[in-house]
Amino acid sequence: MMSVALKMLVGDKLKYIGLVAGIAFAAMLVVQQAGILVGLAQQTGSFIRDTSQADLWVMESQVRFSQDVLPISDGTLLRTRGIEGVDWAVPMYQGFLKARLEDGTRATMILIGLDDATLMGGPPEMVSGRLADLRTDKAVLIDHDARDTKLKLKRSPRPEGEPAGLRVGDSFAINDVEVRVAGEYRASKSFFWEPVVYTTYSRALQIAPRERKLMTYLMVKVKDGHDKREVAERIRAATGLEARTSDEFIRITADYILTETGILVNFALAVGLGFLVGTLVSGQMLYNFTLDNLRYYGTLKAMGASNLRLVGMVLVQAVVVACIGYGIGLGAGSLLGKVVGDAGLAFSMPWQVPVGGFVAITLCCVIAGLISVIRVLQLEPAVVFRS
Amino acid sequence: MSATATMQAGMGTATRRGETAVHCKGVTKHYGEGTSKVWALRGIDLEIGAGELTMLVGPSGCGKTTLISVVAGILDRDDGECTVFGRDFTRMSASEKTRFRGENVGFVFQQFNLLPTLTAAENVAVPLMILGKGRSAAVKQGAEMLEKVGLKDKLKSLPSQLSGGQQQRVAIARALVHEPKLIVCDEPTSALDHDTGHVIMRMLKNVALNESRSLVIVTHDARIFEFADKIAKMDDGRIKEVSNGVAEVARRNGGGGGGGAGH
Repeated sequence: MMSVALKMLVGDKLKYIGLVAGIAFAAMLVVQQAGILVGLAQQTGSFIRDTSQADLWVMESQVRFSQDVLPISDGTLLRTRGIEGVDWAVPMYQGFLKARLEDGTRATMILIGLDDATLMGGPPEMVSGRLADLRTDKAVLIDHDARDTKLKLKRSPRPEGEPAGLRVGDSFAINDVEVRVAGEYRASKSFFWEPVVYTTYSRALQIAPRERKLMTYLMVKVKDGHDKREVAERIRAATGLEARTSDEFIRITADYILTETGILVNFALAVGLGFLVGTLVSGQMLYNFTLDNLRYYGTLKAMGASNLRLVGMVLVQAVVVACIGYGIGLGAGSLLGKVVGDAGLAFSMPWQVPVGGFVAITLCCVIAGLISVIRVLQLEPAVVFRS
Repeated sequence: MSATATMQAGMGTATRRGETAVHCKGVTKHYGEGTSKVWALRGIDLEIGAGELTMLVGPSGCGKTTLISVVAGILDRDDGECTVFGRDFTRMSASEKTRFRGENVGFVFQQFNLLPTLTAAENVAVPLMILGKGRSAAVKQGAEMLEKVGLKDKLKSLPSQLSGGQQQRVAIARALVHEPKLIVCDEPTSALDHDTGHVIMRMLKNVALNESRSLVIVTHDARIFEFADKIAKMDDGRIKEVSNGVAEVARRNGGGGGGGAGH
C-alpha cells in the first residue's frame, strides 16, 4: 500500500510540486539563516582561533569578549612565568587606535602588539613580507583583505591603475606616530569590523596613549604532561586574573556577542519565522492534500484498509515529501550560503545545521501529516456512497 | 489481526445458491438527534440468497444507501438483526469488521471512486494489496481481471484516459479481483448512457454473479430492472414490496405479471 501512497503523492504533479516547493523554501530559510548565525558565531572567535600557539589566555577577570580591552599589570608576566606547568608566557597588547592615512583619511583600527623576542601570536598566513619584518624600523603588518576596503584612501583617489589602499612600503600614522607597512597577512574573516594591524609589543607601547597598565593579554603555553585547567587554576590563584583556554575564550566571546548585541535573538527570530512560515505553508498544503484525497481514503477504508494502514500511508507521504523538499532546500540554502560566503559574509554549515534542519522539517511534516490524518481516522467509510 | 481473528472474520465455509447470504430483520437506523432526528431505516426485513442479484429501488432519501451501507458493514445499525453469510457485524471488533469487508465485500460506486493517479491495473490490484499481497503479484492479478472485463488494452491507462463505461468496468474488476462473496453497487449505471449501462449490467450478471456470490444493487434506473432476480422497493425507510425483476419489467410495460412477494 506504500506504493499506492507514493503514487497518490506524486501523481498530482501540481500539488506535489507545490508541496515540495513549500517545504524546500522553509528548509532553505532555516538552513541559510542558521548557517549565517553559525558563521557569525564562528567569526567572533576567529582572532583567538588564528592565534593558536597559546594554550591559555590570561586576562582581566571582567573581560567579556576578545575585543574587550581591559589592561593588566606588566608585573603579571613574571609572576605567571614562575607558575608550575607554564612553559612560556608572552605579553600581547591590543587597543583600538585612530589611524590617519596619507590622504588624511581617518580610520579606527585594532593594534596588536606581539612579544618582541618571539613574535608569538602573529597572523596565521603572510601574503607578502615576513613576520620577522616587524623587527624593522616603524614596521607594521596590515590585513591583505582590508587594504582596499577598510584601509582605502578616500579623499584623494590615486590615478587610474594605482592601488586604492595601502601597499607594502607605504607609510601612515597611528595615534600620530608614523608607521610603515612591512608586510601583508591574511587571517580568518572576523566578526569585528575594524582592521587589525600587527606590530611589536614595544612599538605598540610607543604608539598607544600612555596609561598605567598597557598589557592586554598574556599568552601562556602549558608544559607537556600538565593539565591546562589545573595550570589555569594556579594562574588564577597566583595573579587574581582570569585564565581561559582558547575554547573557553571563544565561547564567552561568542556568547557575549550573540546575546548582548541581539544578533542571536534576531537570527533566532529569522530562523523561527522561516520555520513557522514554512511549517504553516507546507503543513497547510499537506493537510489540504490529505483532505483532497479524503474520498479515496474513504474508498480504501470501505474496501478494508485499516486505520493503521491509512495512517502509515499519510505518514509515508509526509516523510517522503519532507525528505525531497528538504534535500532541495538544503541544496539551495548551501548554494546561497556559498554565494554569501564568497562575498565575504558569514556562513558556515557544520553537520549539526543540516541534521538539525532535517529533523525539524521532517518533524513538522509528520506533525502536519498527523493532524491531517485525524480527518482520515474520523472518516465514516459510509461516506463513499454519498455523491 | 491475528490468524485466529482472521479466520473468524472470514467465511469459513463455501456458500451455495439458495443459501441465505444476507438476513435482515427489524433493522433500524437514524441520523441526527432531537428535532433533527431522521429515521433512515424503520424496521427492514430482507432476505438475499447466495447467487442472487437483488436491486434496492425507491425514491431519493428512502434509505436504500443506508441499507447497503449496513449490509456492507460500513455503517452500524441501531437495532434489529442483520447477518451477512451468517456473520453479525455488531459482534465483530472494528479490526475484524475491516478485515471481513476486505475479504468478503466488493464495492462498485456511482462515481467509480478509482484512484486517479493509479493505472487501471493498479486500481484493480488495490483490494489485493489491502489484503497483504505484494504489489507486483497484485497488479498481475489485477491485469488478468481487467482482461475478463474486456479491458486488456487499457491496463496502463489512468482513469482520466478512460470513458465512463470503461471506468465502471475497472471498478467492477476491482470489486471482483479478491473474489468476495458479496458485491454492493451504488447506482452503477446512473452515470452511464443506456447502452453502456446495459453492457455493465450484463457484465455484472455474467462475470460477477455466481452461485456463491450475491449482488446488491441500489438503483433508480428502471432500464436495468430486467437484470434483477429480486427487486426490493423501498419508501420512507421501509421495504414496501419485493418482486422478481421479470415481473417488475412486465408490470412496468403494462403486462401485469406475478411473482411479487408482498412485504
